[in-house]
Amino acid sequence: MSVSKEDVKHIANLSKLNLTDEELDKYTTDLSNIVDFANELSNINVDGVKPTAHILDIKNVFRKDEVDASYDREEILKNAPSKDAGCISVPKVVE
Amino acid sequence: MDLYSLALTDVAKKIKNKEVKIKDVLDDIYSRIDNVEPKVDAYITLTQKLAYERAQELQQKLDNGEDIGILGGVPIAIKDNICTNGVKTTCASRMLENFTPIYDATVIKKLEEAGAIVIGKTNMDEFAMGSSTETSYMKKTKNPWDLTRVPGGSSGGSAAAVSSDMAFAALGSDTGGSIRQPASYCSVVGLKPTYGLISRFGLIAFASSLDQIGPFTKTVEDAALMLNVIAGHDEKDTTSADIEKQDYTKALLNDVSGKTIGIPTDFITDGINKDVRAAYDEAIATLKNAGAAIKEIKLEYAKYSLATYYIIATAEASSNLGRYDGIRYGYRAKDFNDLEDLYRKSRTEGFGAEVKRRIMLGTYVLSSGYYDAYYKRAQQVRTLIVENFKKAFEECDVIMIPTAPNTSFKFGAHNASPLEMYLEDIYTVPVNMAGLPAVSVPGGFDSNGMPIGIQFIAKAFDEKNMLQVAYTFEQNTTYHKERPSIQEGK
Repeated sequence: MSVSKEDVKHIANLSKLNLTDEELDKYTTDLSNIVDFANELSNINVDGVKPTAHILDIKNVFRKDEVDASYDREEILKNAPSKDAGCISVPKVVE
Repeated sequence: MDLYSLALTDVAKKIKNKEVKIKDVLDDIYSRIDNVEPKVDAYITLTQKLAYERAQELQQKLDNGEDIGILGGVPIAIKDNICTNGVKTTCASRMLENFTPIYDATVIKKLEEAGAIVIGKTNMDEFAMGSSTETSYMKKTKNPWDLTRVPGGSSGGSAAAVSSDMAFAALGSDTGGSIRQPASYCSVVGLKPTYGLISRFGLIAFASSLDQIGPFTKTVEDAALMLNVIAGHDEKDTTSADIEKQDYTKALLNDVSGKTIGIPTDFITDGINKDVRAAYDEAIATLKNAGAAIKEIKLEYAKYSLATYYIIATAEASSNLGRYDGIRYGYRAKDFNDLEDLYRKSRTEGFGAEVKRRIMLGTYVLSSGYYDAYYKRAQQVRTLIVENFKKAFEECDVIMIPTAPNTSFKFGAHNASPLEMYLEDIYTVPVNMAGLPAVSVPGGFDSNGMPIGIQFIAKAFDEKNMLQVAYTFEQNTTYHKERPSIQEGK
């Protein structure tokens, strides 16, 4: 396997996902298969080829820095899973 | 004749000429939905109340002699990853099951300015990740041509809705083929515009350098009309192109004389499904007979698009989906010990299996030690693919290939191996890699009676050439006139 169980545990941790043992096995197999497939790219000569991050030839698109009306606070809070006194409420952040 | 079976252009004309009331069109489409939706399951949300209010408003304007726009009064469906103000937008995920946007996507604003009526939000693969709409958390959409088969994906609900006459047109999104492949599986027209032609503002992001919104329609003419409405620069999307507005309906000429059609013989090999191959050969003959020059071209890097895609798209997805943390909006787990536990449980419970697979794959290819080997190399191969197409278009106007190597498959056929499912995208993904426009047009049926799509690809922002060839192909074939026969009733 090109991707080990330890690798999957590590990336699940980075992704903030909890996996059951069964899922760990399944994802290890799946990711190994996909990574093996992706390894075909290692045979291509890419010496001196510039990477494409974005297809359009545009850079640094700016808008005018103007104060504009934003959305209403109550409207925005409608989608918050938990709120209190006009704010989104979360568990204690600083230990 | 039933109104619901009309093409968009025809129903818009009937409304404008006051042959029918907008309310009658809505009644007809919702009654069709009542009869067919229990079998097809294309919609997640229906918006009757808003639709009828809008119909009344538009009818009043029309009766007062006002212009109600080129889509005036026409019912249209929207994929559920495009934000609609006040109407739930779920991405077919538990994560956004109760998310109601407080703004409209730019494309929704443009549709409404043109007089369209949104009638509902359509099913999709969760966060647009899939090729069969099976990864939806909400429901399984069936292929109207055979209810035991998938509609394709990820915009499967939009394709099935148009194919079964439950909408005159629909919007979808296409990251690696999510408009064209379901259009092919359901025998409708599906158009993915050039990257940057349509504003992505309000489209819930999957892979931002690839995502593009586009229409599903019953005819190429309707697709050109929809493109006229939704295309255009938007300052809210800094990647939207600031180019002159065009009238795409001007390209609807039944004429390909002087056009050169590129056939990439090294990419489309004999390994594909034999019925798809036969339909493709027939399509080549059709255009040749219509006066086009057929030219063999090479796309030697196109076959690497899929591997490139699954690195770049998952990398971008892992980053884009980092925002779902259970804090500001979306699903929050009920029980948690602390903030870290809240993040983990909300994401673990809120995302489905395919989304997790892609987040982890993307995290892997971006992680320290693998970045150069995978992500950077994929971006370099992307450059080679882009240059490959540029060179090919020096020799031809439009490239024609099948939309998919196979036709629609049975539910669960690819459950065991995600990679097998990914391979279904082999002919659509190269287009997204290079940011090009492409359209899938009905091009035949296989031995099981399942639809086959033919795809036309053009240079960036050369939608007109693409539409002209696609239109000519359509006008010289009859496949687009066939509709699935679905027994009405529950």
